[in-house]
Amino acid sequence: MRPFTYERARDPQSAVKAAAETAGARFLAGGTNLLDLMKLEIETPQHLIDVGRLPLGQIEDAPDGGLKIGAMTSNTQVAADARVRSRYPVLTQAIVAGGSPQLRNKATTGGNLLQRTRCAYFYDTSKPCNKRQPGSGCGALEGLNRNAAILGASHACIATHPSDMAVALVALDARVETLAPDGDGREFPLMELHRLPGETPEVETHLIPGELITAIVLPPPPDGGQLYRKVRDRASYAAGLSSVAVAGDRVALGMVAHKPWRAAEAEAALSAGASPDEAMAAELEAASETGRNGFKITLTARLGAATIAEAKGIRR
Amino acid sequence: MKTTITVNGATRALDLDPRTTLLDALREHLHLTGSKKGCDHGQCGACTVLVNGLRINSCLSLAVMHDGDEVTTIEGLGSPETLHPMQQAFLTEDAFQCGYCTPGQICSAVALLREVEAGWPSQATADLTGKVVLSDEEIRERMSGNICRCSAYPQIVAAIKRAAEALA
Repeated sequence: MRPFTYERARDPQSAVKAAAETAGARFLAGGTNLLDLMKLEIETPQHLIDVGRLPLGQIEDAPDGGLKIGAMTSNTQVAADARVRSRYPVLTQAIVAGGSPQLRNKATTGGNLLQRTRCAYFYDTSKPCNKRQPGSGCGALEGLNRNAAILGASHACIATHPSDMAVALVALDARVETLAPDGDGREFPLMELHRLPGETPEVETHLIPGELITAIVLPPPPDGGQLYRKVRDRASYAAGLSSVAVAGDRVALGMVAHKPWRAAEAEAALSAGASPDEAMAAELEAASETGRNGFKITLTARLGAATIAEAKGIRR
Repeated sequence: MKTTITVNGATRALDLDPRTTLLDALREHLHLTGSKKGCDHGQCGACTVLVNGLRINSCLSLAVMHDGDEVTTIEGLGSPETLHPMQQAFLTEDAFQCGYCTPGQICSAVALLREVEAGWPSQATADLTGKVVLSDEEIRERMSGNICRCSAYPQIVAAIKRAAEALA
């Protein structure tokens, strides 16, 4: 690890102020992804602002019947919450499909959303990667691309977002609450947090420098079934190849793009009376393969159709 | 950087480079070498310890993040004279070969039983709102963060079931 200085934030306001004013500063929450990347010198912050003990660790009932989940809640805490289990089961299912119990005990809601890709070229500092070193090229285009993106990729980057939790949150139409360095708070749809890679895959979110995620807000649960399904190379504790979250009429896909993917085409097809298979075919019309990841298009079509059918109680 | 951590019931004052992981603080500074460094990237689970009762990968945490926390390592679970029921069960069921992953396996398994008791669901839990039944499938899923290169997995499952009965 490269040397860095460390401070523990006293309150959210001073945390965002310090982040904006200190060169090379990064927020540290659970640390399960950031510290791993710092050991590999992929992340090289000069200053860490530990936000892990800020008073953002509660899950509260929202006035409209939804839930407000503090950004510093642990993944375990959210998955085990009785309200989440009974009213937002897709969220519990998604969280317990990711990582290991040890990681989920430490990883936070805010940090989970901001975790970096697992693309092998992002991790291998001897290889080119536009996300790690802008302008160096993409090693995955002609390399180990079996798990690369099939939707929304660019010639600069075919990496995927690895979060399970975020896929369920997108299907639940979650919103993000943040605090900016100037002290202003804002709230926006989670779908607007992450960016597609385009020409600048190193810029992964629409957050401004120093902006801190403070909470995730869930609207009341939608009518209809909820279900999360994930496919991976082994039964547990492995990054996904493809995942699908269904919550009422909404469908989201995971590990297929640079961001959690709202399957708007599939939703529109379903509401127009299409079958689950037809809906997934409509969504994946825009999918494209790179090298060896073509199987993910077929896999996602079948996984999506099966998950939608099960959640909605449709016989195929 | 000054950090105070309670380790196995004793308050320990440390002055550390901020880069020091909790695992390195335990092993190199406090000479508690029971917790093992396997992969050092949170993939193998050999470094698993309990922090304020919760199991975490001590290699993926900075010691300075744990100022004021209570840490329990394998050395704090039992002693050679009075083994923790989980330690005894691992011996009885022959749940290891080389033993390198064992301290992490045992710390993880102790936390697993508490998590099941608290009703926290896993991927293997069919009814998310009901009581968790400690099936073999649940144990395997909940221990997936601990790798055993000698592959003593069947005996580890048996040991955890034995300890669960002893602790019931």
